[in-house]
Amino acid sequence: MSIFEYNGSALIAMVGKNCFAIASDRRLGVQLQTIATDFQRIYKVHDRLFLGLSGLATDAQTLYQRLVFRHKLYQLREERDMKPETFASLVSAILYEKRFGPYFCQPVIAGLGDEDKPFICTMDSIGAKELAKDFVVAGTASESLYGACESMFRPDMEPEDLFETISQALLSSVDRDCLSGWGGHVYVVTPTEVKERILKGRMD
Amino acid sequence: MSPKTTVSVTLNLSFIKTQISSAPRYSLKNNFSDSVSLSQSHSHKLSSAFPIDLSEIKKRMSQVAVEAPPKGGFSFDLCRRNGMLSKKGVPPPSYRKTGTTIVGLIFQDGVILGADTRATEGPIVCDKNCEKIHYMAPNIYCCGAGTAADTEAVTDMVSSQLQLHRYHTGRESRVVTALTLLKSHLFKYQGHVQAALVLGGVDANGPHLHTIYPHGSTDTLPFATMGSGSLAAMSVFESKYREGLTKEEGIKLVCEAICSGIFNDLGSGSNVDVCVITKGQKEYLRNHQLPNPRTYVSSKGFSFPRKTEVLLTRITPLKEMVEVIEGGDTMEE
Repeated sequence: MSIFEYNGSALIAMVGKNCFAIASDRRLGVQLQTIATDFQRIYKVHDRLFLGLSGLATDAQTLYQRLVFRHKLYQLREERDMKPETFASLVSAILYEKRFGPYFCQPVIAGLGDEDKPFICTMDSIGAKELAKDFVVAGTASESLYGACESMFRPDMEPEDLFETISQALLSSVDRDCLSGWGGHVYVVTPTEVKERILKGRMD
Repeated sequence: MSPKTTVSVTLNLSFIKTQISSAPRYSLKNNFSDSVSLSQSHSHKLSSAFPIDLSEIKKRMSQVAVEAPPKGGFSFDLCRRNGMLSKKGVPPPSYRKTGTTIVGLIFQDGVILGADTRATEGPIVCDKNCEKIHYMAPNIYCCGAGTAADTEAVTDMVSSQLQLHRYHTGRESRVVTALTLLKSHLFKYQGHVQAALVLGGVDANGPHLHTIYPHGSTDTLPFATMGSGSLAAMSVFESKYREGLTKEEGIKLVCEAICSGIFNDLGSGSNVDVCVITKGQKEYLRNHQLPNPRTYVSSKGFSFPRKTEVLLTRITPLKEMVEVIEGGDTMEE
């Protein structure tokens, strides 16, 4: 059994019209036993930048703490928030530093850049960036997620449509994966507000 | 917070051999080890006059190791934990590879590089349109095959080193400079940095094309292919290449070679990227050919009725930027 399947996770980020959405499942397990159904995988780095971390939960928490530390230092020095592209390069460098003994994590980064242009990106566990213009996925359910997003995604969706699409893609994919699920957690971010919603899903 | 720098230092003292950590002996470009061994050799001179015991030296060295700031390069702190996990039967993860077909050829005015655009993670395509032709210098580009993180990191690093070298010398970079920097880095890591590269450019000595293998060996060739689709592409080159091709013929041949890789090799796919470098000019033709358009798009699309069941909604308005009005008199008196 792979180390990524120890805890189980599912993450998606999608781009809409001047907005983006990032969604995750809520299960935390130890192999086949579920130990929490409200585990937080998506963290806010600043108002317009969200980070989702899939993979081994302990490495995800450690990596998140290191990244928050670096971002706070950046805020103190530069007196402004980090741009999403810069943050993605920072995460990539921190992961590549551990090339021969990596963190078992796959991050998904989503943010609003200059002129409210949405930016999404994912990486493998050693920091190979994949910048996409439509959607990115990560986690144990990633193969189903690729299929669901590929068929359900349309470019330039409004925030409400984007929410419906990303929720349906997430719920239908985690239903086909034993290690993730137990509800969903979706953030839809527009230039004026952040809407956080918790979805009702199958609890098995 | 600084990650603990694991340094393996062997002191130049005849009777004391001390090692800080049991990490594998990778060669680290780290000035720190030189300064520690220097200070220890000074203490050796002292120790012959005032004998210092072994535990004292070990304690002092471990203190120095913890306080040293990280000087870049790789960090091996998680290796022990990961080794323990793989001994317990947890296989290491697979990394994103660029399955790939990358090619280069020399034509009458310069160099043409070509690459496909598929990135794979095991059998799954994770990126249908990634960039495999990396910028090294205004007159040098490099295509990368192998582990995606390694090709990106190694080309970025050498690109920065070339820029610094340009500032230092005030001259245009030469292809052999990039070649030597890449091959010495890859050799130092004995093939563990899995990057197979096709490096091409035009400098003061004319057009150059090189291939670099993950262990650090290089070849200088008039036409070259690398990656899982290299045999398919090489068959096209071997039958159709000749010296003194024009630019149009060269681009057409490169596209044919990449297409043969795209259609015949499972690790390569999607579109064709081409980069033409001539004296004083470069043309980066991103997605020059798109032989795999998506033809099955449903015109209706999906539109979901607003029926997703939501348990909780929390709306956070984002802070509005406060406008500072100029010329307010209230504070001036």
